[in-house]
Amino acid sequence: MNSGDTAWILMSTALVLLMTIPGLAFFYGGLVRRKNVLSILMQCFIIMCVISLQWVLFGYSLSFGPDAGGGIIGSLKWAGLNFVGSQPNPDYAATIPHSVFMIFQCMFAVITPALIIGAFAERMKFSAFLIFTILWATFVYDPIAHWVWGTGGWLRNLGVLDFAGGVVVHTSSGISALVVALLLGKREGYKKQPFRPHNLPFTVLGAGLLWFGWFGFNAGSALAADGIAANAFIATHVAAAAAGLTWALVEWQQNGAPTILGVCTGAVAGLATITPVCGFVNPMNAIFIGVLAAVFCYIAIVIIKAKLGYDDALDAFGVHGVGGIWGTIAVGLFAEKAVNAAGANGAFFGDTHQFLVQLMMVAVVSVFVAVMTWILFKFVDTVVGIRVEEEQEFIGLDLTQQSEAAYTVIE
Amino acid sequence: MKLIIAIIQPHKLEAVKQALEDVDVNLMTVTNVLGQGRQKGHTEIYRGAKEAGGLLNKVRLDIAVNEDFVEPTIAAITKGAHSGKVGDGKIFIVDLRECIRISNGERGGKAIG
Repeated sequence: MNSGDTAWILMSTALVLLMTIPGLAFFYGGLVRRKNVLSILMQCFIIMCVISLQWVLFGYSLSFGPDAGGGIIGSLKWAGLNFVGSQPNPDYAATIPHSVFMIFQCMFAVITPALIIGAFAERMKFSAFLIFTILWATFVYDPIAHWVWGTGGWLRNLGVLDFAGGVVVHTSSGISALVVALLLGKREGYKKQPFRPHNLPFTVLGAGLLWFGWFGFNAGSALAADGIAANAFIATHVAAAAAGLTWALVEWQQNGAPTILGVCTGAVAGLATITPVCGFVNPMNAIFIGVLAAVFCYIAIVIIKAKLGYDDALDAFGVHGVGGIWGTIAVGLFAEKAVNAAGANGAFFGDTHQFLVQLMMVAVVSVFVAVMTWILFKFVDTVVGIRVEEEQEFIGLDLTQQSEAAYTVIE
Repeated sequence: MKLIIAIIQPHKLEAVKQALEDVDVNLMTVTNVLGQGRQKGHTEIYRGAKEAGGLLNKVRLDIAVNEDFVEPTIAAITKGAHSGKVGDGKIFIVDLRECIRISNGERGGKAIG
């Protein structure tokens, strides 16, 4: 047991909490119209409450508990935190209490469904959102976390690498976001009336908090206060910087002006992208990965989304899906054992095997997530109806779902 | 009695106020409004999506005056708000049927100033 490692992971846990509330909450909250801002903050906040409890009750056990067979899902042996005490579990982290690893992972389970909010923003019924989220965490997140990270997980046994959640967090939430956006349909008036972010300073504040918290997310995923953590920290930082700058330059060239929303979007895309790969690449390659993250996500959001016409309201797929997939593939290209001996060499360092298993992981997880999201969506829609009434959508979710208003016009 | 409604550029408000004070017109109601005229609003870009037709920020003044003050008020607003470019704004004048001061119940021309 190492007190330095333990202190760092406890601190990182708090940093990752900050990413969801208030980071993501304000990042998304500023982007919606003023009548819906509280619904976004509410969804982010209640996810923290609900999934934290789901996690300690049974989610952690399904994800990281002893394999129930075939590497598909963990058993319920660790439900209610049974066997999850202050003794380390060497399978996951030998130098910190098992309970610290559990609570660190809790924050990942929380933020992942919260990312999907960006796709269905401004039109989903609160009750439907709540049921969908709990089911999604249980039947989508927990199995994938087990496959990729859990002891005995079938993808882990094939040698896939996902340092901090490029597949488990970003690809899974991003693909799910796309499917939900397609099934749920467009917001009323989409492309017929202007949809302006109601408070971009909120979005900038949120993006800054996300960047800050991401150091816990990525560097904390080293599960130790060591050189790998330092490498992940630096790779994370420079990838975000490179992607933010690239986005601004692309916009400047395309539209004649760089926007702060563009810089923030680029930075978050860079952060999502570098997540699976930050512990395996040297920082110079992280810059290159970040530049391409901005380019790919820009193309997805500005060109492809516009062409296909789906309403991924806040670009959860365009940022997290595309970024997560690119980052996961980048592991198979840029990883090098010189950076992390426990990793692998990517295609650019002489080994194509890693590239192939990374591709396979992206494909398998994407198909699984798409199918499961479709099933859960249809189920929830049948049980409670997933979309608010048209009239409620015009009035806004704050008043119709939460019975409160964010801003007063008259004192 | 007339009600003078003026829509002006926000950055001209101080100059207009000063010009009005110079001709002894000190009472007005000022509101932030959105609008567009011949210049047709502006375009904003969010993640590459161009949102055209954004309305421009304008300031609206509501000033109630007696007949003697109508022309000086128009002159003062024009002096303060004029730049000669599209977007300077407009002045509307409507007949005012009655005016009541709430504090003491005064009515008509006496209540205006």
